[in-house]
Amino acid sequence: MLLKGENISFGYNKGSLVLDNVSIAIAPGEVVGLLGPSGCGKTTLGRILAGYQLPEKGVVTIDDKPLPTVGFNPVQLIFQHPERAVNPRWQMRKTLNEGWHPSDDLLEELGIEKQWLTRWPNELSGGELQRFCVARALGPETQFLIADEMTTMLDAITQAQIWQVVMRIVRERNIGMVVISHEAHLINRLCSRVVDFKNINSPDLFLV
Amino acid sequence: MINTTDTNTRPSSGILTMMGLNRRQRTIITTAVIGILLLSIILGGLLLSNERITTNLEARNQAPSFSHPFGTDWLGRDMLTRTIKGLTLSIFVGLIAAAISTIIALVLGIAAATMGNRVDTIVTWLVDLFMSIPHLVALILIAVALGGGMRGVVIGVALTHWPSLTRVVRGEVLQLRSTEYVQISRRMGKSRWWIAAQHIVPHLIPQMLVGLVLLFSHAILHEASITFLGFGLSPHQPAIGIILSESMRYLSVGMWWLAFFPGLSLLIIVRLFDILGDNLRKLMDPYNAHS
Repeated sequence: MLLKGENISFGYNKGSLVLDNVSIAIAPGEVVGLLGPSGCGKTTLGRILAGYQLPEKGVVTIDDKPLPTVGFNPVQLIFQHPERAVNPRWQMRKTLNEGWHPSDDLLEELGIEKQWLTRWPNELSGGELQRFCVARALGPETQFLIADEMTTMLDAITQAQIWQVVMRIVRERNIGMVVISHEAHLINRLCSRVVDFKNINSPDLFLV
Repeated sequence: MINTTDTNTRPSSGILTMMGLNRRQRTIITTAVIGILLLSIILGGLLLSNERITTNLEARNQAPSFSHPFGTDWLGRDMLTRTIKGLTLSIFVGLIAAAISTIIALVLGIAAATMGNRVDTIVTWLVDLFMSIPHLVALILIAVALGGGMRGVVIGVALTHWPSLTRVVRGEVLQLRSTEYVQISRRMGKSRWWIAAQHIVPHLIPQMLVGLVLLFSHAILHEASITFLGFGLSPHQPAIGIILSESMRYLSVGMWWLAFFPGLSLLIIVRLFDILGDNLRKLMDPYNAHS
């Protein structure tokens, strides 16, 4: 069971491609890092792999079938800005339970306090909100997790806490993970394989 | 968060601040007071008997006094009663017209944002078209074409007041559809209807309610204007516009109260609705609502 992006091309402006014929494959249990400077197409590739954006050319498949467009998506994306990823008019309990009902153990592990559940998003900090986003994305049907600069906006201690829990769960449940970051130290520490965007645009280089 | 307009929009905030209430409590109290005031005017208009506005030639042309606070007109009718009845009628006309306008805005706005480019182009063009014609001109044209009277005024006001709210709704839905939390919701396996009901509509309801109340004051003023100009309600009805246009003939003989009090009342009512709309918006804005 692989998550594969095959021969993907995408550009925001006519005539200039951000991604030109890129192929990538992620196996379950594998942690792949996408490394590169701002604007090089890391996030775009992440969004395409999670089905948030359709590529101009190429296909994304999971288990050799195209990504489902209805129902719970087995590829979940965690965004950089948690405050944009939660509905400001919903109490946190509703946001948390949108896709599934995380267990109390998971909440405790992620450091989500019971009293936060009745708060509104603007009453919580970025780190607290991101914990909710992580819990929300870890549904039982999640097979691949894409973390797009997941902890870039957070302080070092919160970063370490969140990564520790996420990595443990990913290992336990054999989830395939893509870590998108421009932080080489973080990527080298977490990932079993690193894709550097300097040479991403040569085809078939990263197939497992 | 300190809002500098607070003291202007809330007449009683000084006293309420001294009572040690916070901003939200003050807003709620002011809103409630205004609501009760407006309700009592409507109730007054409905319950007051017609006895005081029958012709009473013994009491005609009286300046304001204790028995007739707003004075009497050239037929001896009590102007206070006429004013309240006129305001009630105006409020009803405004309410129906504003409600229809809001519904039109909601339907067109959502259609423009969700049904593709062609619908969007048509709706945007209609909005631009209606916004480029002065309200009053379009209103008079529609009202006259429909033969005037209550029906003409209501339809005229309803058909001329939707464009600005349509723009707001369209923009709001477009923006919501592209937010990360709505896109995440799709990936969580939620259907379009679920997202519309849970994510989109809760954002639109406050906009609609505030839009309705703010449209309301416009609708009342425009109803009074075209009635004043003679294209609106018939002279038998006790509308503010009728009172004002009739009183014009008596102003030169010094009967100032005929126009002054009804005009002032209309102004106050419109302002109260404006404050009500602003307060509702403050109470429903999530960045203010629970601070």
